[in-house]
Amino acid sequence: MAVEKRALTCIVCPKGCAMTATITDGLMTELTGNSCPRGKKYAEEEILAPKRMLTSTVRVLNGELALLPVVSKSSLPKGRILACVEELRKITVLAPIAEGQVIVTNILGLGVDIVASRSMPAAEKD
Amino acid sequence: MSESYDVIIIGGGPAGLSAAYSAWENGAKKILVIERDRELGGILQQCIHNGFGLHHFKEELTGPGYAHRCMELIKDKPEIETLIDTMVLEITQDKTVVAVNPKKGLLELHAKTIILTMGCRERTRGAIRIPGERPAGVFTAGAAQRMVNMEGYLPGKKAVILGSGDIGLIMARRMSLEGCKVEAVLEICSFSNGLTRNIVQCLEDYDIPLYLSHTIVKIHGSERVTGVTVAKVDERMQPLPGTEFDIECDTVLLSVGLIPENELSRGLDLKMEPLTSGPVVDQRRETSKPGIFAAGNVVHVHDLVDFVSEEAEIAGKFAALTAQGMLEGELKHVEVTTGDGIRTCVPQRLSLPEEGETLRLFMRVGAPEQKVRLEVTSGDTLIVSKLLPFAKPSEMIALNLPAEKTKLISGDLKVALKREA
Repeated sequence: MAVEKRALTCIVCPKGCAMTATITDGLMTELTGNSCPRGKKYAEEEILAPKRMLTSTVRVLNGELALLPVVSKSSLPKGRILACVEELRKITVLAPIAEGQVIVTNILGLGVDIVASRSMPAAEKD
Repeated sequence: MSESYDVIIIGGGPAGLSAAYSAWENGAKKILVIERDRELGGILQQCIHNGFGLHHFKEELTGPGYAHRCMELIKDKPEIETLIDTMVLEITQDKTVVAVNPKKGLLELHAKTIILTMGCRERTRGAIRIPGERPAGVFTAGAAQRMVNMEGYLPGKKAVILGSGDIGLIMARRMSLEGCKVEAVLEICSFSNGLTRNIVQCLEDYDIPLYLSHTIVKIHGSERVTGVTVAKVDERMQPLPGTEFDIECDTVLLSVGLIPENELSRGLDLKMEPLTSGPVVDQRRETSKPGIFAAGNVVHVHDLVDFVSEEAEIAGKFAALTAQGMLEGELKHVEVTTGDGIRTCVPQRLSLPEEGETLRLFMRVGAPEQKVRLEVTSGDTLIVSKLLPFAKPSEMIALNLPAEKTKLISGDLKVALKREA
């Protein structure tokens, strides 16, 4: 039986709890230092398959700004983040856009949508 | 538009919008929010990362998402007017707000109460006097953030970031995602000034080295930055000769602190606090001048926008009640002083009614601490104490003082850390 201790910093909220996980044969068997259940969920995932939220921008035409900020609806596998950003670089959308509007459905087949994190009105014509 | 208001709020960021909503909730009938940018929301609009709102809205939001929630709160309320593209030039002693707007020209607006929510701005290269050449390619992290997230430009391809404040850490990740190689983050202190979670998800995830106790001693390049010379510093933050090394880069981002933007406050001759660089306020967020309130980063730089909203709601409430003449009765005034280990505390003074008032103190420690007791005393009376497993300068400490405890306050209040034996 392989037992190891691993120090983790929870990134779920800005509190940043310093946690210590006991890992037995690749699985978390004990966790100390977390102050809520979300910390436990984060630690379990971080040990098995780390995930991260993704925030980036896509190009927008006819908008008040040149870019539209976007966010993943839920977290994505950490190892695929750069590939997702690459995918977003190919996207151009047309204003107006509503907050929460889906910009990419099921990005790279990972089962997660990318949505607009703000509304973007169409540029006013002078 | 009308010329006189119950409450005029200067700045339409999270503090201003939260203050406006709270003033409305507390019965103010004519509220005006003045914003100099082309839209409301303030700096949140360029902070596209997530992690905002867990305390205040009970969900995890991006910066624009948080701004949107704040804007939804004040929307379609005839009592609340907003003016964008409008720069306030002066606030006079009789609470006249002088502002300019490209379409309306010069405006003179009168208020019963005013809430200052101007936020803060970044320290620049000049503020920390980095030696070396003066090439293009040196940006504050926030300016770079605006370029990358709103305007569609990448400031460079190979960057060094000076300062490990949260904006610097967030930008290290953001620049990496957009194809810029971030060579290093340098921090002159022996500890990071950003949230721990940002060290993990912005630096460690992208294999960006963090050099603690290091700083830039020279910037190279005649037209464009070509590199920096870095050195280790001693405990007095002086560069140690012989420890220098060079890093090649075309861009330097500075994340070296924020300064509350208080030109208007100084024009009003408000009493200021040197350590926070903001006006002195009581627990209702009223400044030294009756009827002038202040909240958010203009009072002291926050690390969480959630606390900015909380503070602004307090200011909004008491500004609204004052404007309606609903606050009566004698108040007992006491000063809040900081002792061992505590660098700043807001509010700096209390104005307490006879029956006490529930309030919260927001403090920062001067250096990282472990297992310390935070004690609030008034004379010989211990008002509240709380054990802190950890305390970091970058993470603001909030402490609740219920009304039955504040009732016990007889003289000046002192907050200090006591090390456990």
